[in-house]
Amino acid sequence: MTNQMVGIEINDLHLSFGETEVLTGVNLDIQPGEFFAFLGPSGSGKSTLLRSIAGFGPTPQGSIHIGGRDVVSLPPWKRNVGMVFQSYALWPHMSVRDNVGFGLRERKMPASEIAPRVDAALELVGLSHLADRMPNQLSGGQQQRIALARTVVVEPEVLLLDEPLSNLDASLRVQMRRELLALQRKLGLTTIFVTHDQEEANTTADRMAVLDKGVIQQIGTPQVLYDTPENLFVAEFLGTANILGGQVESNGGAKRFRTSAGDVLPLSDGHEGAGSIVLRPQNMQIVDQAGADTLPGTILHREFMGSQVRYIVRTSGTEMIVDQFHHVGHDWRDTGSDVHLKVNTNEAVIVAS
Amino acid sequence: MSNASPHNTGGPSLLDRLPASIFPRVTGLHAAALIIAILLIGLLIIPVFQVIYVAFLDPNTGALTLQNFVDFFRTSLFRESFWNSFYVSAMSVVFATVIALPLAYITTRFNFAGSVVIQSLGFIPLIMPPFVGAVAMQLIFGRNGTLNLLIEEKFGVNIPFMEGLNGVILVQSIHYFPFILINLSTSLRNIDRSMEEAAQNLGSQGMRLFRRIVFPLAMPGYVAGAALVFIKVFDDLGTPLLLNVNNMLAPQAFLRISSIGISDPMGYVISFILVAFSIFSLWASFLVMRGKDYSTVQKGGGGLSRRDLRTGEKIAAYAVVAFILILVLSPHIGLTLLSFATIWSFAPLPDGFTLQNYVVMWENSKQFITNTVIYAGIAAVLDVIIGTAIAYIVIRTGIWGRKSLDYLATAALAVPGVVLGIGYLRVFHSIDIPFTDKPMASWWVIIALALMIRRLPYALRACTAALQQVSQALEEAAESLGATKGSTIRRIVIPLMSGGILAGFVTSFATAAVELSATIMLVSSESDAPLAYGIYLFMQTPSGRGAGAALGVVAVIIVGLGTFLSQLMIERDKKFKSTDQSH
Ligand SMILES: Nc1ncnc2c1ncn2[C@@H]1O[C@H](COP(=O)(O)OP(=O)(O)O)[C@@H](O)[C@H]1O
Ligand SMILES: [Mg+2]
Repeated sequence: MTNQMVGIEINDLHLSFGETEVLTGVNLDIQPGEFFAFLGPSGSGKSTLLRSIAGFGPTPQGSIHIGGRDVVSLPPWKRNVGMVFQSYALWPHMSVRDNVGFGLRERKMPASEIAPRVDAALELVGLSHLADRMPNQLSGGQQQRIALARTVVVEPEVLLLDEPLSNLDASLRVQMRRELLALQRKLGLTTIFVTHDQEEANTTADRMAVLDKGVIQQIGTPQVLYDTPENLFVAEFLGTANILGGQVESNGGAKRFRTSAGDVLPLSDGHEGAGSIVLRPQNMQIVDQAGADTLPGTILHREFMGSQVRYIVRTSGTEMIVDQFHHVGHDWRDTGSDVHLKVNTNEAVIVAS
Repeated sequence: MSNASPHNTGGPSLLDRLPASIFPRVTGLHAAALIIAILLIGLLIIPVFQVIYVAFLDPNTGALTLQNFVDFFRTSLFRESFWNSFYVSAMSVVFATVIALPLAYITTRFNFAGSVVIQSLGFIPLIMPPFVGAVAMQLIFGRNGTLNLLIEEKFGVNIPFMEGLNGVILVQSIHYFPFILINLSTSLRNIDRSMEEAAQNLGSQGMRLFRRIVFPLAMPGYVAGAALVFIKVFDDLGTPLLLNVNNMLAPQAFLRISSIGISDPMGYVISFILVAFSIFSLWASFLVMRGKDYSTVQKGGGGLSRRDLRTGEKIAAYAVVAFILILVLSPHIGLTLLSFATIWSFAPLPDGFTLQNYVVMWENSKQFITNTVIYAGIAAVLDVIIGTAIAYIVIRTGIWGRKSLDYLATAALAVPGVVLGIGYLRVFHSIDIPFTDKPMASWWVIIALALMIRRLPYALRACTAALQQVSQALEEAAESLGATKGSTIRRIVIPLMSGGILAGFVTSFATAAVELSATIMLVSSESDAPLAYGIYLFMQTPSGRGAGAALGVVAVIIVGLGTFLSQLMIERDKKFKSTDQSH
């Protein structure tokens, strides 16, 4: 099962259900062989975008090229795009073998060729022994693998996965996402993986696109998106973020950030004007002495989380989440005590507010 | 507290009351279960088995024999009747499918403006007893009916829509197609969009997609509906009788018993065949459906796949739907016209319109209507009492054999009215009415009891559904506050079930009011006859047809209103319960 790897290129895609526009101006360039994730909250349009690549749903405006071929006007059965459904969609009236062989029979392949290919696909997902079961005799994880086998057996050019792990329980989810990635690498299939779970996307994807309200917010590797979010949505959606509104001012030759509450933090760089500063919980230390790069505050809560201690600190503007590594013998701060937060301003990111 | 348990050691007052509250539950409900079991055995099991037993008895010697069956199949009229019943039932299934399939498919798979209207209009045939529509259908589709007069004028041909068996098939398929429509629509609606999309994704489309995915998944619902249609048509007596088609099984049974008498074995042989076919069809459909709960709408699925129709398709769809709806509504239109007609014969439409028929109907059928209210009233009251009791016993107690009460009561569905009627005649002709020397078989109370048994499954289903919605915690709360079982049932359970019980009452009443097949066997004098029998009598003479139609309109209104009210009560009950939960 080796493939000529293909890329996917989407240009200025718009899609509406009746009057409501669900996808707005989507541009994407997915590389051949890439494991790409669509990440976003529920209702952000991930499924709609994925389905439009497979040919389901209303016909969009704009273009979708798969391996250089424009597919927007092609019906689903002419696209050679493999899709695994969130519900698996195994047909209950057919055995596992018939489910997996369905696509090959639709392609009018002789039975003598179908059998070995079905066997090979079942082998690939490790379920050869279940070939003669009916789908309702399978566990969720097994159904998931059969659905995967049914899709890859026809050797599609790209593989689309819509929340493939969401119907599995937590421990199986971790195992399956590793297997999925291993399978993808083995087959070299260009793959799009839809999820609302950032951990799933972070751990599997080469690159990902964060969606909100039908608009792509940012595209990049998981690390780039976490470290340098381009807007408030991405900053808040990925991980935990403390956000302070204010503005960037010039301070002689240097720059500084003045929060709306009036506190001032030095910056090494930044465009002057209104904006927000994004501070991750690990970007700050709790100290006793005020300094040029500190904010005054009071400890409100303390939560012990094992490797670290999480403090909720009230500063003049807002409540901040601050994580400190836990070391044996280390003293914890008491709630109610007055402290200062030392900000590592070189790790902070300024985004438009 | 007279029956305090010996284990009581005089503890706190709550403990004191406990044994007393358990004890009445045991005796009271056990007694109820026993009485119901006796009633069901006496009024359903014994009559039906009596009928089957007599079918195997030599009428002269009383010895067990198969001779009656040999005689049956040696008689060409019976062979013909058997074949006709089979043919009519099968063809009714075919035509009902032809009517139901497009409606089901269009309303579930496409974005179609009229879907809601179709799905509700689809139920309208069911609110008219089929024999009531039969005469109206003659006037529209018969040899000298509206349609043929128009066709003959234009093309000089006459199409035998209503001749002989054709008429029965047409009337029955128009009446019973909703069973297929309902079941098939439910099946189609339960196919998750992703089932079809997965197939399209793998290269399937069009008819292949329909044949390999959609149709197999919808099959169980279709089979359930089709089996029901087959049984109903096979057992029906009223429609062939009113259309004067006598060479079918049910009419033959009726005619043999009513003309030759209850000792003629042929009526019993036919009854045996009717029961056997009912059970066989149910069993066959059960086999086909076993292990095939294909309801695939699930978490993360896409719901229903509805496609927009192209303009051409839309026009075609509207044309098909309009044609079918006119066909389906023709009995109602015909009946209404006939009830207001002065004279309607050899003409496309009545000569003139009048209210006279209603006046005649009212003057002549006060007795019919009173009887109907009494019989159906008694039947429906008993049905909900027994239905509630069975539901409670089955769901809330551990009484031995409780499930069999449920099965027994539901088994009435598989017993054709004719068979029950013959069974009652046979069993009760040798028992006298209390304090008289007249046989019970000619007593009107027997009619009410037959109706009660026939409609019990409906009431039972409504009561069971109602009780299932009452959380057991509500009962336990009352009991923990010291209420006895009896007073918990009276003050908590029954009030909470009231919506469902009322719905069951109304359904039983409305359908019992227009039942003909058992009643016609049991009516011994015109003064005891209910409305359905009255319609049958009116329709026997051409001059009575107008008044008969007027009475038919009354019947349709009773059933229609009943159906509407019971739906209303169920809906209101649901709403009441759901707001209850949110507080
Ligand atoms: N068939 C449909 N008709 C109308 N609106 C739809 C339909 N499918 C999805 N939507 C809307 O499109 C938006 C995006 O949905 P979806 O792509 O399913 O989101 P996600 O997969 O990110 O949760 C939602 O607001 C949803 O309500
Ligand atoms: Mg989705």
